[in-house]
Amino acid sequence: MKTTVYARLHRRIITLALIVSFTPLFIVGATMYNKVARMYNNKVEEQIKYRARAQAEALDLFLKERTAILGAIADTHNFNDMLDEKRLLRIIDLMNLRAGAFVDLGVIDGSGRQQAYVGPYELKGKNYYEQPWFAEVMSKGVYVSDVYMGYRQLPHFIIAVRRNENQKSWILRATIDPDIFGDIVRSAQIGKTGDAYLVNKEGIYQTNPRFGGKILSKNNVDTTHFGSNATVIEHTNRQGQNLFYAGTWLKNKNWLLVISQGSFEELSDLTAIRNLEATIIIVGILAIVLTTFFISRLVIIRLQEADKKMGELNAQLVQSDKLAALGKMAAGVAHEINNPLAVILQKTGWMEDLLEEEAFQKSEELEEFRTSIKKIEEHVERARKVVHNMLGYARKMEPRMEDVDVNGTINQTLSLLENHARINNIEIKTTFQQELPIIASDQAQLQQVFLNIISNAIDAIGKNGRVEIETSSSDSIINVLISDNGPGLTEAQQKKVFDPFYTTKQTGKGTGLGLWVTYSIIEKLGGAVFLTSRIGKGSTFTVQIPNITPEKK
Amino acid sequence: MDYFSVLVVDDEEDFLETIVKRLKKRKVSAIGVKSGEEALEVIKEMPIDVVILDIKMPGGMDGIETLREIKKIQPICEVILLTGHGSMETSIEGMKLGAFDYLLKPVKLEELLPKLADAFEKKDTQDQKIRSAQIKKLFRYS
Repeated sequence: MKTTVYARLHRRIITLALIVSFTPLFIVGATMYNKVARMYNNKVEEQIKYRARAQAEALDLFLKERTAILGAIADTHNFNDMLDEKRLLRIIDLMNLRAGAFVDLGVIDGSGRQQAYVGPYELKGKNYYEQPWFAEVMSKGVYVSDVYMGYRQLPHFIIAVRRNENQKSWILRATIDPDIFGDIVRSAQIGKTGDAYLVNKEGIYQTNPRFGGKILSKNNVDTTHFGSNATVIEHTNRQGQNLFYAGTWLKNKNWLLVISQGSFEELSDLTAIRNLEATIIIVGILAIVLTTFFISRLVIIRLQEADKKMGELNAQLVQSDKLAALGKMAAGVAHEINNPLAVILQKTGWMEDLLEEEAFQKSEELEEFRTSIKKIEEHVERARKVVHNMLGYARKMEPRMEDVDVNGTINQTLSLLENHARINNIEIKTTFQQELPIIASDQAQLQQVFLNIISNAIDAIGKNGRVEIETSSSDSIINVLISDNGPGLTEAQQKKVFDPFYTTKQTGKGTGLGLWVTYSIIEKLGGAVFLTSRIGKGSTFTVQIPNITPEKK
Repeated sequence: MDYFSVLVVDDEEDFLETIVKRLKKRKVSAIGVKSGEEALEVIKEMPIDVVILDIKMPGGMDGIETLREIKKIQPICEVILLTGHGSMETSIEGMKLGAFDYLLKPVKLEELLPKLADAFEKKDTQDQKIRSAQIKKLFRYS
C-alpha cells in the first residue's frame, strides 16, 4: 500500500521533470534548426542564382563575341573575295586565333546555295534555302540557331550574318564547336550531383546534360517557371532527390541556362549541423533521463527513510505519552487505594487488640477469628505491595548519580540470576566492550533495569536456551543489548510490553510492572529502551544509557 | 514505655478513630483531629510530645504548612509524617523542616510504635537538656 504511494510519487516526479526539461529542449532544437535551415537555404539559393547569372553572362559574351567577329568579317569583305576558299581558310584561322570555337565557315548567296566552304565536311554547293534559319537570317540580319542535326547529321548550331552588297544579300555562316560551347556550359557543374545545361524554349537540350538526357532530347523542366532574371525553384526529381534549379534566360538567344544542385549535397553542412544538434539533444535527453531517475530515486529513498524515522519517532512519542499518562493515573489510583488500606489495617489491628480481651479468650471461635484477621492483613499487604511496585521503583527516589561501571553492574546482576539460569539450562553469554567508560548514573537503578530485562529473558525462554548480553559505547551513549532466543513477541505484544500490568506470564506469576518500571527508570536517567522481536527468533532489548563523564572529585 | 501524649492528624475519620483507640489501649495519651487548623488549636492548648501528621489532606492547610506552624508554636514537639508514594518530595521537604521521620501509608501499628517511642525519647532528652540548662542557669544566678 505504502510502496504504491511512493511508486506513484516517483512516477509523477519523473514525468513532470521529463516534460519540463524535454519541452524547452525540443522547442529550442526545432526552432534553431528551422532558423539555420532557412538561412542556409537562402544562402544556397543566392549562391546558385549568382552562379547561373554569372554563367549566363559568360555565355552571352561568348555568343556576342562570335557574332561580332562574324559580322566584322562580313562587313569588311566582298562577296567575290569570300569565294576564294584559300582566303576563307585564312579568315577562319584568324578567327579561331582571336576567338576560337569556329568549326567551319561558309558563304551562302541570296538563293541559299553555299558558294564557298571551309571546314571538315563536304558542304559546298548545298542549298539552305529550305532551311528555316535561312529565312530568319535574311529578314533579321543576324541569327543564332538552336542546335540541330543538319546535313552533317551531328548536333551543332550556327551563327549567321547577312551582308547587303550592291542590292544583293549574302550570308556568312559559321558553325560553333559544340564541344567548346558545351564545355563552357558544363563548367558551371559543381559537386557530384550538380548539373548545368542549356535548353531552348521548347525544353530541348542544347548542350549535353550530365544526367537524365542527351543533347536534342526533351528535358522535363518547365521553362515557363523561369523569368528573365535568375530564378530558383525547388523540385523533387523522379529519384526522390530534392533539387534546386536556377535558371536564367540568355540575352542574345532564347536559351535557358539551367544549373541544378542536389540540396542534400549542397546542404551537407546543414545536415552536419542537424546531426550535431540531434546528437547533443540525444545526449542531453539521456543525461536528463538518467539524472531524473537517479535524483528522483534518491529523493524517494530519502523520503521513505524520513517517513520511517518519523513513524518510529511518533511511535516512541505515543509510547512515552501513554506511559506518562498511565503513570499519573497509577499514582492517583495508588493514593486512593492506600487510604482505605490504612483504615482496614487499623481496623484489623483493633480487632486483634480486642481479641486479647478476656471475654474473647473464652470463645471457641477465637482461632478462626485470628486466622481470618491474619488473612485480611496478608491480602492488605499484597495490595500494598502492588501499589508499592507500581510507584515504588520509579518514584522512590530521584536518581543518585555516582560512578558506574556498566559491565561490572551487569556482572553483579548476573551473579543474582546465575542459579536460576543454570537450573533451567540457560547459557548466558556476555560480550563486553573492554574499557567501557565509567559513567555518572544510578547503579542501583541500573541493576534493577538489568535484573528485570534479563530475568524476563530467562522466563521467556523457559528451559534450554541462550541469553546474550553485549555492551558497546559511542560518544553519547552506552549501548547494552540483551537478546534471548525465546519464542519472540507478536507486534501487538511488542506495543504493550512496557505498559504497566501487561504480562505474558501466567496469572499470579508476574505483576506486569517490571518492564514498566524499567522504562521509567531509564527515562529518568535520560536514556532509552526499546525492543525488537520476531516470532520464533527471540527478542532483543536495547538499553541506551547516556554516556555522562563523572565530575572529577 | 513512659507515658506520653500523641496528637494524630488525618482527614480519614475511620483511620483516626481506630488508631486513637489503639494507642489509648497501649497507654498512650492520644488525641485525634481531622485538620491542620484543629491540630494547631490543640497544640496551643496543651503540651504534645509527638504529632502524627498525614501529609496529604484535602482542603484547608496541608501537612507541610501544618508542620511549619506546629514548629513555631512548640519547636521541640516531634512530628512523624505519614506519606504516600506519590509525595516523596514533600516528605523530604518535611524532614528538612524538622520532622522526626516519615512512614509510608498504610502503616502497621507495630511499625509506628517504635518510631513513636524514638521520637518521644528524643523530645524527652531535649526537654531534660532544657530543664538542666535552666537549673544551671538558676544556680549561676543564685
